[in-house]
Amino acid sequence: MSSSAPSQPPLIKKLLVANRGEIACRVLTTARKMGIPSVAVFSEADRLAKHVDLADESFCIGGAAARDSYLRADVILDVARRTGADAVHPGYGFLSENAAFAEACTAAGVSFVGPPASAIRSMGDKSTAKAIMQAAGVPVVPGYHGEDQSEERLVSEAHRVGFPLLVKAVSGGGGKGMKMAAGPGELMEAIRSARREALASFNDDRLLLERYIQRPRHVEVQVFADRHGGAVYLFDRDCSVQRRHQKIIEEAPAPGLTGGFHKRIGEAAVRAARAVGYVNAGTVEFILDTDSPNQEFFFMEMNTRLQVEHPVSEAITGQDFVEWQLRVAAGQRLPLSQEELGEGAGGEGKEVRGHAFEARIYAERPRNNFLPGAGTVRRWRTPPDAAAFCNGPLRVDSGVREGDPVGTYYDPMIAKLVAHGPDRTTALAALVDGLRRTQVSGLPTNVPFLLRLATHPAFVAAAAPADLTTAFIQQHREQLLAPQIVPQEVAAMAAVARHLLSVRRQSEAEGAEGLTSGLGPWAAGDSKRLWQEHRRTYVVRHPEGGEGAQLRTTLVVQGDGNFLVQSEATNEDAAAAAAAAARPHHHHHHDDGAAAAAAAAGTTPAAPPAAPPAASVRNARLVSDDTLTAEIGGRRCTAQVLMYDSGSGGGGAPVERALDVWMDGEHYHFTWLEPTWSRKAGAASAAGGSGGSVVAPMPGRVVAVMATEGAEVKAGTPLVALEAMKMEHSVVAPRDGVVEAVLVGPGSQVAQGQVLVVVGVGAAKAG
Amino acid sequence: PYPYPLSCRSFSTSSFPPSASNVLSPSVDKDAASNLAAMSALLQNLTAAHATARAGGGATAVSRHRARAKMLPRERIDALLDEGSPFLELSPLAGRGLYGKSITNRGSRLLSGFRPGSGSVGRGGWHSWQGAGHEEVPSGGLVTGIGKVCGRLVAIAANDATVKGGTYYPITVKKHLRLQEIAAQCRLPCLYLVDSGGANLPRQADVFPDRDHFGRIFYNQARMSAAGIPQIAVVLGSCTAGGAYVPCMADESVIVRGNGTIFLGGPPLVKAATGEDVTAEELGGADLHCSTSGVTDHYAQDEPHALAIARDIIAQLPPPPRGPSGAVQWQEPLFAAEELRGVVPADPRRAFDVRSVLARLMDGSRLDEFKANFGTTLVTGFGSLYGQPVGVVANNGVLFSDAAQKGAHFIQLCAQRGVPLLFLQNITGFMVGRQAEAGGIAKDGAKMVRAVANAEVPKVTVVIGGSFGAGNYGMCGRAYSPSFMYMWPNARIGVMGGEQAAGVLAQVESEKHRRSGKTWPAEDEARFRASMTSLYDEQARPEYAGARLWDDGCIDPADTRRVVGLSLAAATCNLPRISTESRFGPFRF
Repeated sequence: MSSSAPSQPPLIKKLLVANRGEIACRVLTTARKMGIPSVAVFSEADRLAKHVDLADESFCIGGAAARDSYLRADVILDVARRTGADAVHPGYGFLSENAAFAEACTAAGVSFVGPPASAIRSMGDKSTAKAIMQAAGVPVVPGYHGEDQSEERLVSEAHRVGFPLLVKAVSGGGGKGMKMAAGPGELMEAIRSARREALASFNDDRLLLERYIQRPRHVEVQVFADRHGGAVYLFDRDCSVQRRHQKIIEEAPAPGLTGGFHKRIGEAAVRAARAVGYVNAGTVEFILDTDSPNQEFFFMEMNTRLQVEHPVSEAITGQDFVEWQLRVAAGQRLPLSQEELGEGAGGEGKEVRGHAFEARIYAERPRNNFLPGAGTVRRWRTPPDAAAFCNGPLRVDSGVREGDPVGTYYDPMIAKLVAHGPDRTTALAALVDGLRRTQVSGLPTNVPFLLRLATHPAFVAAAAPADLTTAFIQQHREQLLAPQIVPQEVAAMAAVARHLLSVRRQSEAEGAEGLTSGLGPWAAGDSKRLWQEHRRTYVVRHPEGGEGAQLRTTLVVQGDGNFLVQSEATNEDAAAAAAAAARPHHHHHHDDGAAAAAAAAGTTPAAPPAAPPAASVRNARLVSDDTLTAEIGGRRCTAQVLMYDSGSGGGGAPVERALDVWMDGEHYHFTWLEPTWSRKAGAASAAGGSGGSVVAPMPGRVVAVMATEGAEVKAGTPLVALEAMKMEHSVVAPRDGVVEAVLVGPGSQVAQGQVLVVVGVGAAKAG
Repeated sequence: PYPYPLSCRSFSTSSFPPSASNVLSPSVDKDAASNLAAMSALLQNLTAAHATARAGGGATAVSRHRARAKMLPRERIDALLDEGSPFLELSPLAGRGLYGKSITNRGSRLLSGFRPGSGSVGRGGWHSWQGAGHEEVPSGGLVTGIGKVCGRLVAIAANDATVKGGTYYPITVKKHLRLQEIAAQCRLPCLYLVDSGGANLPRQADVFPDRDHFGRIFYNQARMSAAGIPQIAVVLGSCTAGGAYVPCMADESVIVRGNGTIFLGGPPLVKAATGEDVTAEELGGADLHCSTSGVTDHYAQDEPHALAIARDIIAQLPPPPRGPSGAVQWQEPLFAAEELRGVVPADPRRAFDVRSVLARLMDGSRLDEFKANFGTTLVTGFGSLYGQPVGVVANNGVLFSDAAQKGAHFIQLCAQRGVPLLFLQNITGFMVGRQAEAGGIAKDGAKMVRAVANAEVPKVTVVIGGSFGAGNYGMCGRAYSPSFMYMWPNARIGVMGGEQAAGVLAQVESEKHRRSGKTWPAEDEARFRASMTSLYDEQARPEYAGARLWDDGCIDPADTRRVVGLSLAAATCNLPRISTESRFGPFRF
């Protein structure tokens, strides 16, 4: 009707989301908001997953392994055909940057929500991409790749490139034939030594030169382009904080950079996108040389998809990028022009709406080299005021719910916490607050690690560009991964929680059996003793406290919710050694022993001199089933608590119990083993003991079994190779001995703590 | 017949609001502060006595025990019970001073000229152990009590191997049998944590041959098992000779590898008898008994494993009869239990109002009194403890004829309704004197005694003051088989008070002197009276009674509600129903 608004093509009729987890949920949420009917696909492992419930229709597309399901382009397109979906959103990962899939979609008459296959291809090949960028005037890392290998030429090119620089063998790899020259003085030696090595190793002495960026930052730009020649940048993000080359905390805009920089890098990104005929959402990644005086940045690569960290850019632009994607895919124009979006932070300071952070919550063990973990989500609590999949001061995009199993088939990232505020300080404070109010248990997560990261002084004060580099975690590793200290009050609350929760568990079991009514005061659960107070000792593992860390607490039950708790941090090995050394006197029960000894000596029983002070816990109360309140030294303490069985045992593996305590914004995780024995355990198996059981250090899939029954092994001999999240992990013999039993085969999926191999002490029959 | 046969146990949980007029007055004695001081001193002594008993056989024996990867008996019980479960330990002071230089020796010598044998110990007579010298047997070498395992109440007897190798002294036998008696009465499954060298050989004459000696333990196991009361043994140490029958007579038995052994004759005896050289493990270890002999049923790798198996066995037992569905509600007393420590006058000759005790025991401090204005030296009425209905019979002075009649009437009432009885004893006896005798106090007292003896309901007796003479009988003393019986630290028990006894005995002695024409110097008589008074006072104390198992233990007054509540529940929860069909012979009118 009106001529001012150009007529827009109609929206997508039905959208198939070819992904899972939080990104599938993210896309489905926007589809619902826009009134677009949706189709989800799921693997056999995801039957009960959250994204399945968010879609209007859902289809099982195959086995748990991604190659059997989420990577099956043919099956996915078949579902699109059956459901009449006219567009496929690939999310990130899986098929999102697969040019063949993009082509297959087009061939099937389905719109691929992403760039054209050609753009994916151009950007997929690093050297092609670099060449295109150079041609388009996008800065790339300065270097010399020429044919002229004369020393004179190399020296002159080196001076052009600048120092420090790397001299690399053209055929090089793995650091061989690669030398660094910090300044002109070192250049000749570097060239000659690189050449020697290159010749020796590759029989090819050709060299190339490249600027060495000592302290790089990872800065990327969100771009969008439509099919009508429109292309904009939606500002930059800093993703320097990484571990194992994966990002953990991202922020937008990149901090500590001048206003002009944002515009410069943004425009370079748009040039890059235009150069490959880009359409839809993409990210151009740059490397920023923090040592260069004028904030030089160089093209690294382009990600031809919507990225994990897109919410930080959504926050500072107030846009919904998935909506933009769907509109662009439907052939519509970009909703906003660059003028409408502004030019970036700094200048007027009006275009960019504050500052945003994203923290990625992974199921992983930071202390175990960030190896992925798995488990059942026993508690999933995020700040109740957080928005889900849309902009807000706090936002949580999560692919899991309480009760969901998290396996090792897919990416271990389970959620993202996003905080948005008027400036970096406020946004960071909101992120920290959000993390402190995030409670996840049942599986290991990096939430405590994220908290340490987000509160690290160097991160908080990252005003100077040099403070944030990709080496940040490595640099501050000591502090970020320092053993967790358990304050007395927390130890006391943990012991009281364990006791009260055990009592409650017992009472619920009695109730279920209909036993309670006849028990009268026996069911009160107050451990009443006559002429003495009941005392319990708990020894629990404290994985966050470092290798072998244990917490030993003694709880005196005084009745009416009052307790005395003594706690002591110990170490598994030290405790075992002490027990062995003190064999006849047996340290484990020294309380009574000491009292008896003192009584025998005619002295009054006194506390041993080294005994830690006892915390007096008054009026402890379980409020509902997850909160413990008490007063300790007059201070009212509140802790959220959860106790559960974290391992099911079976196959001779002990049952592991876990207690999670959230107190004063910190998460404490304790575990202990409930020994299980087979009632049929006979003399033979009993004699072997369980000391030789070799268990899986994490959940995963067995890829190879090196152990053979009856074979003699030395401590450290690899027994089983385990794969989890594309990482191979070798499980080795804990001691010299003979392999008594191999309980798994190649391909077996194993749970953490599952016994893989039994190594007997009995040496091979001595000849 | 009676149309509502099983309803009697739940009536007090009715939703009728209590009428305020039945709430007891909170009054305590005017000298509560000084009373409390006196009670505190008693409590301190008793706390120390209990700590000594818990130390078992002493530091050396305990560390030797632990070096074998063994737990102490109370630790075993803690590991066995549900987390949070109370443990009602019975007679922890058993055996205290029993086999050493105690008042008994003095007393026997003192009394021997007057009443031979009256000072004898146990059932064997004191002459038989004279050669054994001074011996302490803390807790009688056996820890007994009631606790909750997998939601079921069980009776537990755990040998203490740190005390004389866990061998059975006469008091050990008595304590074991008492636990079995309770288990049989209350139909509680029995768990025996065995770690014992069997009968104490030097004292075999006092532990082996008689009816209530060692053999009775196995007889009881057989009879209880036949009556459907599960018998479970966990062999955590030696089980030698007679001891071997505890696991063998059990319905199910568990044995620990390495520590548990069962044999009729140990290696030394085998060597002597047949010349065979054999280790204890080969002779009767877990491997042999679980794989070859079949003497035991479950093989445990260590003590925690054995106790875990025992818990599994209990969990598999058929559930006890179901009570009313849903959790029972109750109202706590309106006044603090600790105030009971100040109720009893420091001067034992001063009376105190038993209602001030009841106000701190009963749910909601409430008692629906029966015949409040008749026979006022006995307080009777209905109330509840932790929602469990109970009929209270409590002394409030000397028993006169009317009070005795009222008591007999009320006890019959409870028997007819199937309501358990709680007796609070504070009684110097039935009234004496010409008028009382003429009024038939003897036959009225007999009515009460007959009613108590025949009422087929669970009974709990607490001696909160004196328990003298026939008052002890009418108020359900030990001879009347209360399900449980406890004493307060201030309580005194005896045929009569020390001064009265000294008076009576002095008169008799003086008469003897007179008949033989001798004179009895006044200072001799005074010395006689003084020693007699002190002897009676010593023997009346709860420590003395507890050492001999005249009761089930001395309790802190502040624990009374708790202990009575636990006892009532233990006495009733496994009964299909409480009898409402007590039969009494002819009452003498």
